Order: sequence, then C-alpha cells, then structure tokens
Amino acid sequence: MSTATQAANQTLIHIEQLNLYYGTYHALKNVNLTIPEKAVTAFIGPSGCGKSTLLRTLNRMNDMIDGTRIEGLVSMGGTDIYSSDVDVETLRKKVGMVFQQPNPFPKSIYDNIAYGPRLHGIKSKSQLDEIVEQSLKQAVLWDEVKDYLKRSAFSLSGGQQQRLCIARALAVNPDVLLMDEATSALDPISTLKIEELVQELKNKYTIVMVTHNMQQAARTSDQTVFFLNGEMVEFDQTETLFSNPSDKRTEDYITGRFG
Amino acid sequence: MESNVAPSTTTKMNFKNSRSHLSDKIVPIILFLCAALSVLTTIGIVVTLLSETINFFKSVPFMDFLFGTKWSPLIEPKAFGILPLLSGTLLVTVIACIVAIPIGLASAIYLSEYAPKRVRKIVKPILEVLAGVPTIVYGYFALTFVTPLLKSIFPSMGVFNALSAGIVVGIMIIPMVSSLSEDAMSAVPKSLRHGAYALGATRFEVALKIVVPAAFSGIVSSAVLAFSRAIGETMIVAVAAGATPNLTLNPLESIQTMTAYIVQVSLGDTPHGSVEYGTIFAVGMTLFVITFLLNILAQYVARRFREEY
Repeated sequence: MSTATQAANQTLIHIEQLNLYYGTYHALKNVNLTIPEKAVTAFIGPSGCGKSTLLRTLNRMNDMIDGTRIEGLVSMGGTDIYSSDVDVETLRKKVGMVFQQPNPFPKSIYDNIAYGPRLHGIKSKSQLDEIVEQSLKQAVLWDEVKDYLKRSAFSLSGGQQQRLCIARALAVNPDVLLMDEATSALDPISTLKIEELVQELKNKYTIVMVTHNMQQAARTSDQTVFFLNGEMVEFDQTETLFSNPSDKRTEDYITGRFG
Repeated sequence: MESNVAPSTTTKMNFKNSRSHLSDKIVPIILFLCAALSVLTTIGIVVTLLSETINFFKSVPFMDFLFGTKWSPLIEPKAFGILPLLSGTLLVTVIACIVAIPIGLASAIYLSEYAPKRVRKIVKPILEVLAGVPTIVYGYFALTFVTPLLKSIFPSMGVFNALSAGIVVGIMIIPMVSSLSEDAMSAVPKSLRHGAYALGATRFEVALKIVVPAAFSGIVSSAVLAFSRAIGETMIVAVAAGATPNLTLNPLESIQTMTAYIVQVSLGDTPHGSVEYGTIFAVGMTLFVITFLLNILAQYVARRFREEY
C-alpha cells in the first residue's frame, strides 16, 4: 500500500481497530486506515456501508447521535481525538466539513463566511473582510459574488451555495476538510467545478471525501478506500484500486456488479 | 355519402352519471355557512362595539376620553379620561411580559436544543396543561400566595396591586411563549445546526446565533400573541390588581385595568343606554384597537426579520 504519493506525503490520520456501534447496530467493524496529509482520500461503497459514519468520526459529529459508542483509536497529528483532554470545538475548527446538501445559514453571503471566524473571536472588520475575500477566492466563488456580499446566501444557485459552504469551512483555517457526498445534490457542471476546486485545495489541505460516484473517486482522489457492510475491504492508490483491485468484492463493486 | 370505410361497428362507451352527486352540491354549502358564521359574528361584534362607541362619543368629547387623566364615570364629579385605565393595563402587561418572555424563551431554548427527547416528551405537554388552568384560579393564586410573598419584601404594598397581578399573568402566558417559540425553533432544519457545529460552535452558540435568529419571526409572533393575551386578561387582574383607576407607574399601588373596569360595570346595575353604560363599549373598542394594531405590528416584524431557510 505504500507507493509514490504516499511516500511523499506524511500520514496525518491514523485509525486503528476502530469499532462503532449505534445502539446495538455494529456500524464500523475493526477499521484500520492511514490517511496521508495534503492528498485526497476517497471513501466509496454502497449505501449503509459505513463510509459516512467513518467520515463523521473524524470531526466527532457522531457524538451528537444518541447511543453512539466507539472503540479503538482515531489519532490525528499524533493526538487521540477521542481522549478526554481534546476539546471537541477546537477539533471541529481544525477539521472542516461540507455536507451532502448545501446548508448555508439564512444570512448574507458575507455573514455566512464570517460566522466561523467571529465564533472563534475575530471581531475586527478589516480582518473579517480579508478572511471573507480569501476564503471566497479559495473556493473560486469570489468573482461571482464580490458585488453581492450583502445578499442572502439563498439567492445563489445550488452549486454556488455548495462552494459557499466550502468557503465557510475554509474561513476558520482548518487542516482537514471532510466532504460528505458534497456533489450528490448538484448538476454535472457544478460537480465538475467542485472537483477542480478539490484539486486546488489539496495543495493546502488534507481532504477526505465520501462519494457514491466511482468516476468521481477515480478522477479526483489519490487514495481510495472501499467499504462494505461496515468493513474496510480494500484501500490503495486510486489508480491501483480501480485498475487492479486485489479483492474480488472490490472488483465486483467497481465493475458495477452490485451497489 | 357512400360508406366505404371498412369497420362497420364502433365500440360503444357510456359516460352517463351513475351515482348521485347531491353530496358534492350540499357539502360545500354547509361548509361555507360554517365559515361564514364566524366571519359574520366578528362583523357583528365590531358593528355593535362601533355603534355603541359612536353613541358614547356624542356625549363625551373624544379628546377628553383619550387624554383625560381622571377616570370616574360612576361617581360625581364624573370624568372620562382613559389614561388611568390604559396605564394600569400597560403596567400589568409589561410586568407580565418581563416575566414571561425571558422565562418562556429560555425554556423553549432548553426544550428545543438541550433537552433529551424523553424529557421534551414529558415536559412539553405539562407546560401546555398550564395553559388550561382557569384564570380565576390564577387570580386566587395571585391574591392568596404571591401578594403575601411580595408583602414580605415590600411591606408598604397594598392587598391589591399591579405587581402581583402582573407576575401571575406572566406565569399564565409562559406556556404560550415557550410552546410557540419551541415550535418555531424545532422547525429550523437540523442541517443548519450541523453546519454550525462543524465550524466548532458550542451548543449555546448554535442556539443563540443560528436557531434563535432563524426562528426569530416565530418567536416574535409568540411574544406579541402573549402580549395581546396579557392585555386582554380579565380574571386575574379583576381579582388581584384592584379597582382603583390610578394614573401611576408604581407597580406596588392598586390600579384598574380596562378589562377589570368592564367587569365592574357589567356586574353592576348601570342602566342600559346611559353614558356610564356606553363607557364599557368605548373601553372595549380601545382594547380592540390596541390588540388589532399589535397584530399588524407582529406581522410586519415577522416579515421584516424573517430568515428564510
């Protein structure tokens, strides 16, 4: 599993013997995985295979679901993020997330981006202006909205709203960006824009994406992980996994025999 | 014309009505009559109020009524200035809102953002039962429990006073504020909360900066509704606030509200058609205009601050 890209990029996230239960339902079974920094890692697999659940363990959004129990190790940058001295809010500031449905706040474009920085104590107008501009530029949305920053975020199209949500996540200066099927509600052109954006962002951020779309995983990711029924079946360089999968189940899935 | 087309027979279809459609003709009429009844009743009430009020203003100048500082329609020398009743009403209502809006809003935030599902399932119905307690019971609660309690803090306070009545009216409208606000907050989509949590917001920050603003129009409506309810509240103030038209802003004094005055006159032996009798319609009209204006204000505020999601 160690090939060129991985050798070049250091490991940032380390998952060991991870088991997760929703009540009595065993959602993740004994997952072992390393995720390299400043690269794109894609989680693929059929619905209900646990890929989104695993993604949400990385910013502890599963904590909010009653009856969730977790065993094993998830370490990020050398720290066990489930240890008691980890502040969940600080973790989430460093691990941004973009959701399946664009979920801008019912506020102006400007206030959407400024929400996070304000939360974390930035009050100066000039500093906020700077962050808003930088974040929107990073999300390649600045040119489209720079004259309408006071307008409601809902005046944007679905694709623009999703890029706004990416900009909002980037505004708090995270290290990791989680994308939970971030393009599944979008049209093909908006999807393409976001995929291009991901290629830009991976120079600066560690990106972990969940996708239903295998072509998208093949196009945009460096490393791909295949899940089935809560188990991690295979993970490898994206090229290898799609051209020469080592597990029969992976092959069946990527050739469209099920899922 | 020669018939040279090959098929000589056509399949027959019948589109005649086989069922009676009488119900479809009668039912809408019955439903319409039911709807019309409530509209007509409202019109009837307004017409009665208006005609009696106009009669009243034939003998009492409008300006004297609106700006007079003395209300003494039953005892000589007679005076018909509504300001003492207005001040009494506002005093009680403002005290009630000071009690009900913060407590109601806080419990709504607790129920919608903090309470486990199980707690919410138990607490919310209980809160709504509070709204079903007869107001006369609240009135005695004010007179026999709250007033003595307050007297131990303010010994100079009278048996009848605006503070005790206001506090209890406030307690009465808490369920209205909390229940309606909680509905508005629960209607805020989960995805918005998740978006904020994912940015590192705490529960309190999500409640205060995402949920409350997004539910603001519903919260404002609940507050205004509660305000109207407090203005119109009758039994509590009639029992606990006194019957002294008193132009004051001191909550420890006995006052009289507009509603309590109407009760006083309605129960007495004031002759029909007299000027004294007309006062209750003029006062009723004033109440009606105030609540009407409040409702318009509420709609304006709700629209002005609506955050669409």
